[in-house]
Amino acid sequence: MAGHEEEALGKAYDARLMRRLLTYLWPYRPIVAVALAAIIGHAVLQLAQPYLTKLAIDAYIATGDLAGLDRIAIVFLFVLLGSFLLECVQTYILQMTGQRIMFDLRMQVYGHLQKLDVRFFDRNPVGRLMTRVTTDVDVLNELFASGIVAIFGDVFMLVGIMSVLVYMDWRLALVAFSVLPLIALVTRWFRQHVRETYRTVRVWIARINAFLQEHITGMATVQLFRREARSFGEFDRINRTHRDANVASIFYYAVFYPAIELVGALAASLIIWYGGGWVLEGSLTLGALVAFLLYAQRFFRPISDMSEKFNILQAAMASAERIFTLLDTPVEIVSPPQAERRLGSGAGRIEFDRVWFAYDGEDYVLRDVSFVVEPGQRVGVVGATGAGKSTIINLLMRFYDVSRGRILVDGVDIRQMPLADLRGLCSLVLQDVHLFAGSIAANVRLGDETITDAAVRNAVESVHADGFIDRLPAGLESPVAERGATLSVGQKQLLSFARALAFDPRILVLDEATSSVDTETEVLIQGALRVLMADRTTIAIAHRLSTIQDMDQILVLHKGQLRESGTHQALLAQRGIYFKLYQLQYREQEIAAAG
Amino acid sequence: MVSAARRLLPYVSRHRHRLFLGLACVLVTASVSLLSPWVLKYAIDDLTAGVTRAKLGVYAALLLGIAAVGGCFRFLMRRLIVGVSREFEYDVRNDFYAHLQRLPVGYFQAERTGDIMSRATNDLNAVRMMAGPAIMYTLNTAIVFCVAIILMLSIDVRLTLIALIPLPFVSLSVKFFGSAIHRRFERIQAQLSHLSAVVQEALAGVRVVRAYRQEAAEVKRFRRVNQEYLDRNRGLIQLQSLFYPSMALFLGFGSLLVLWLGSRQVILGRITLGEFVAFNAYLVMLTWPMIAFGWVTNTLQRGMASWKRILQVLDAVPDIADPDGTVVRPEQIRGRIELRGLTFAYGSGEPVLHDVTLRVEAGQTLALVGGTGSGKSTLLNLIPRLFDPPPGTVFIDGIDVRELPLATLRGAIGFVPQEPFLFSTTIRDNVAFGLGEDVPGDAVEAAVRRTATVASLDADVARFPRGYDTLVGERGVTLSGGEKQRAALARALAVDPKILILDDALSAVDTYTEERILRGLREVMRQRTSIIVAHRMSTVRDADVIAVLDHGRLVEQGSHDELLARGGVYADLYRKQLLEDELAAS
Repeated sequence: MAGHEEEALGKAYDARLMRRLLTYLWPYRPIVAVALAAIIGHAVLQLAQPYLTKLAIDAYIATGDLAGLDRIAIVFLFVLLGSFLLECVQTYILQMTGQRIMFDLRMQVYGHLQKLDVRFFDRNPVGRLMTRVTTDVDVLNELFASGIVAIFGDVFMLVGIMSVLVYMDWRLALVAFSVLPLIALVTRWFRQHVRETYRTVRVWIARINAFLQEHITGMATVQLFRREARSFGEFDRINRTHRDANVASIFYYAVFYPAIELVGALAASLIIWYGGGWVLEGSLTLGALVAFLLYAQRFFRPISDMSEKFNILQAAMASAERIFTLLDTPVEIVSPPQAERRLGSGAGRIEFDRVWFAYDGEDYVLRDVSFVVEPGQRVGVVGATGAGKSTIINLLMRFYDVSRGRILVDGVDIRQMPLADLRGLCSLVLQDVHLFAGSIAANVRLGDETITDAAVRNAVESVHADGFIDRLPAGLESPVAERGATLSVGQKQLLSFARALAFDPRILVLDEATSSVDTETEVLIQGALRVLMADRTTIAIAHRLSTIQDMDQILVLHKGQLRESGTHQALLAQRGIYFKLYQLQYREQEIAAAG
Repeated sequence: MVSAARRLLPYVSRHRHRLFLGLACVLVTASVSLLSPWVLKYAIDDLTAGVTRAKLGVYAALLLGIAAVGGCFRFLMRRLIVGVSREFEYDVRNDFYAHLQRLPVGYFQAERTGDIMSRATNDLNAVRMMAGPAIMYTLNTAIVFCVAIILMLSIDVRLTLIALIPLPFVSLSVKFFGSAIHRRFERIQAQLSHLSAVVQEALAGVRVVRAYRQEAAEVKRFRRVNQEYLDRNRGLIQLQSLFYPSMALFLGFGSLLVLWLGSRQVILGRITLGEFVAFNAYLVMLTWPMIAFGWVTNTLQRGMASWKRILQVLDAVPDIADPDGTVVRPEQIRGRIELRGLTFAYGSGEPVLHDVTLRVEAGQTLALVGGTGSGKSTLLNLIPRLFDPPPGTVFIDGIDVRELPLATLRGAIGFVPQEPFLFSTTIRDNVAFGLGEDVPGDAVEAAVRRTATVASLDADVARFPRGYDTLVGERGVTLSGGEKQRAALARALAVDPKILILDDALSAVDTYTEERILRGLREVMRQRTSIIVAHRMSTVRDADVIAVLDHGRLVEQGSHDELLARGGVYADLYRKQLLEDELAAS
């Protein structure tokens, strides 16, 4: 279950994060400046409304000036229309800018995910990474669309109201301001508590996501083993804790809003008490008292708005921290800097030179492995489970970098080759075939538009995948469901062969690819592979020894070490590990053949 | 829409007592808040006439007291109603997950995981907002609205009617914008699901993307869906940036009319200044409900859109369900399996199995042989009803599997799929996955160790520092394909099934280990009915019955010797393999 990362994070406000967030706003500064002007204009117009009421009471009602009232009404009308326009402009710009920044951020996060080391994906579940691209980014949208700039508007409004109050009557203004420390106290109390509960809620929603992700993917297993009741129990526990955390946070909200209102009422009472007294004395006009009451109402709205925005800010800080942590995750496996780059001849010679490798610490899965594959040679790698066969491929493709030693392709250390060059030389066929939603043809050519329809067709036919593809309703254009759920394992294998072929590589890398296909299909593929391998360097990892017997060289890995190598015949003659493996597999057939 | 709304009722009525109490609090809160402008009216009028400070003190105290009482009820209101909305969310999410567990495997192949997840979280939250806070604000709005208007009428009927002129425009614009916003929001949500799905797919296939240098192409693909998401959001924003300001404008017209005409009334002596101020205060009080009204309609629109998306899942028919009334316990199953004229197609597609008739006696072993796409896996999936066979085609102990309770049927079967799925928990929990909660700890431990030994998993586990407590997957060790298959085998054996189904279950296991496992399995299989799909003839040969499938048809069946003697497809396959082996060995 995910969520450990979430627990560690969640600072309320962090200037460093904020500065970094603001850099995303920077490209949009001209348009944001327009929005800012609109916000200020809107605030001024909002402030004008109570003042117009004061004028109406003091200047015209008191004197019975009807024509003056008409003038006030006309001004009021323009204030309203102006407010409307400015608010439209401001809303549109801010919301759109928020969305544009989200677009940029999503591209950046996704782009970085496309660069991060494969090792990173071993540690981070896909569900959690998806949250980064969608939910976390959306939280930041709130920050930009109704957070940062709007807070500025609120602050401006506050300062504006305070100025108008002081201007109208400084004594009463001080009375009204006397409640501000109370507001500060209430708000601080609220912030402290909400922060804590908010973090807990985030952790549990992440766990709900992780649980769903896993159990939807593994639903067949849940059902086959009749685990429904227990799985439901586990889900219920997570769901319940999430609910309880939320319910706990309601308390703080439920106290906060009424408390703020109460402080507002206190201000109104004070205004009536002191202001009323001054009106009786004649040192304050009635209109000013009414305007004070009206302003006092507006005074508390920006403050409670700002606390609301504090939540947005808090959510944003937590999300921003997670997003930036992801963006700051260094990519270790990168193309070398231009100066150190060396290009190979492209012939396809592979050399492992005293290679050591551990996925973790000192737990070496490859120990001092050296071998050479000449261009066009076909090499098979065999060994028991855990012997380190797949690791050879992970290192050759530079999914991981060697711990010690080096790997040379065409005489160049692969760490000195541009990644694209290295991977462009090789086509990889993995044990677990990964298919994308899209057509069959799109799964063969992937995103490479230089691969023509004819080339796709050709590749498909070469691996004899045309048999099942032509039976599909739309042939090559038939859709493939998520993860290729509607295709059999054998069909998926064939598709992945076609994909490898379509990319026309110098080096063909097969990772246990032929192990899940039945004998009949394997025979078909063997034929296709033989044609394909003729002028390509091939490294094949296979469990069925039959698939690699005609290889030019067979490498036998045992407990991370290269123990034997040579042709099938030579290895048999050696009567070592290979011979043992071979015997185990063929003994029974031999007996049958003899009998 | 109406029927969808009605579907909310059971969830809401479950908490009706707290909800009613909460709504009562809304009532009190709203009514109390309406008192303050009235106090203000008296205060101002008294000030115009000239009063004592003592009386001013009373007014000030009244204002404070009203806010205090209102605050208490506001507190209760939030706790009760928002609390209920969280209960609601919890209930629906539980039902949602429980329903997912009832849906057949085919459903999850047709739907995207990310999409289903988004319904359980994002959509559900939108519905919660509708079921809780929106109810609260709606009622509050309605009360404040009605009472404020009554009080305003009592001050001046004509002025009230004039002040309310802009209100119909507010309703009209809410109606107009509301439905448009609703449509655009639905389109945005759909695109967000799509975007999530694209991300999930690309991340799950990171190795393929890297190996084929598709990073740029993936970014391009993502840019397209991201751009579409932005565009759809723009559509919504255009509406929203008109919606709220126009509401404020209409309401502002109300204030304008009151200021203009109301002050005339004061001058003409028809109303007092205090009444004028109170009237204005009520109008301001109406502003917030009207804006809240806009928010509420939005929330309702979003909530209903999301609720419908949730209902789509809840309404997916779990067509693989328990039959009525049969009581057969797993231990009563003997394990005779029979297929009678089985023809099967996925959905409305071409049949993948044609008229297959087969029988395996209890305790026998059946081997299925056939090429890729011949229907072997499909046939295996039909026995535990992962997909439903047509009635009268698949029988266990002479009973149609569709007539057996699912728990009995699946409880009698140990299934090892081609591509096993392990959960990100410990190896022990994975192997003991099918054991009931009532099984005591030491029995679990014994079963785990026994089956891990048979599956040759024990040696691998011994290599892990934390042994059986090692976490599997994303937060623990990454198991190889072979290790996963062996863990899945141990998991299937641990339930001590009467029927064992191995769907090419050792394809990723190396030869040596496979040999060892098969030796152990032979012992285990002697006591149960087994169906195996395997590519190695050595595994197939010893089966009591061998069935050969070709493009969904059963072309041959019999023992190894019989089939060899017949000289058909099986003999062909066998000879082909032998020939290859001989050629290779020569």
